[in-house]
Amino acid sequence: MEQPNLNYIKEISGGDADFQKEMIQVIQKEFPTEVATYHQTLAVKDYRGIAEIVHKIKHKISILGLEESYKTAMVYEENLREHSFEKQAEFEKTLQNMTDFLASL
Amino acid sequence: MNCIIIDDDATSRLLIRKLCGVQENLTVLEEFPNAIQAIKFLNQNHVDLIFLDIHMPDFTGFDFIQTIKNPPQIILITSDRNFAIDAFEYDCIVDYIVKPLELPRFLKAIQKVQKISNAVQQTEPVVQPSVKSADINIVADEGTADVSQHSKSPGKDLYVNIDRRLVKINISSIYLVEAKGDYIQIKTEEKNYVVHSTMKKIEEKLPEDLFLKVHRSYIINTKKIIDIEDNSVLIKKDVVPVSRSNRPELMKRLNLL
Repeated sequence: MEQPNLNYIKEISGGDADFQKEMIQVIQKEFPTEVATYHQTLAVKDYRGIAEIVHKIKHKISILGLEESYKTAMVYEENLREHSFEKQAEFEKTLQNMTDFLASL
Repeated sequence: MNCIIIDDDATSRLLIRKLCGVQENLTVLEEFPNAIQAIKFLNQNHVDLIFLDIHMPDFTGFDFIQTIKNPPQIILITSDRNFAIDAFEYDCIVDYIVKPLELPRFLKAIQKVQKISNAVQQTEPVVQPSVKSADINIVADEGTADVSQHSKSPGKDLYVNIDRRLVKINISSIYLVEAKGDYIQIKTEEKNYVVHSTMKKIEEKLPEDLFLKVHRSYIINTKKIIDIEDNSVLIKKDVVPVSRSNRPELMKRLNLL
């Protein structure tokens, strides 16, 4: 499985270490609330709500350099809008992958 | 040139702010996690450029554009490629950037804005009288289910089905109904209810003399209005956008001095 990385954040920061730190802190703060929202909407099968939060999480997937996972999330979001859970397991693996990575920083 | 950022994603706001810092003479005045808060700011401040997300809960970027009068130049920044064609139906939208942001693409968009600004002499800023301070107050969901029709003619009460219970709501206590995707939120003096239904259905159940749809996502109780701004209404603690097309009807309802 591909691994998250900070390449994008480093590149966009232009070498600004304070920005890199702030960016990581914002992701570390925001991501767990998004994961919680994902599980809440999933619990009530609120397809639209799940799709919206997957859409939002997608951006963080790309920020952490997970190109393949991003494509999976895109497909999962589309599936949810058609009331299908296909790609759920793969997406949730990505969430765990990101959670572990953010915890290790 | 000044700008504001509207995006519910804090990481996006931070990224945009960072990239704005690279561009000389581009000042970020403010950033907003939702578009409704930005409407209030726009009523009080002159803004040259807006970085706007499309997917935001309750009130999308397109809802926002349709609500504001004389929108400034707008750059859409979104993870969704599907709206590019829709976007260019709006004259105010200068560019459409798909996330993740990259500096060269961002600077190209700014150049477009500057070209247009240089070509067209800046018109007078639209500064509206200020509204009373109000925060958008979204209350936690009460439950979900279908609206149940109680009476055929709008009566005193409305019954809604929440978690298989028919809950009675006194119609006159409702001050706002807000669309929330496949649900509607009914706000009353006492509490708020989230019900699986549509704006159309509830509109039919509310007395016309009391309630008015001021925006495709909002129905207000006109008796509960505190004040009216050019394109928004303050109702309890909620600032509610008013569509241009609905404003004449709203003004007709008022006992204007």
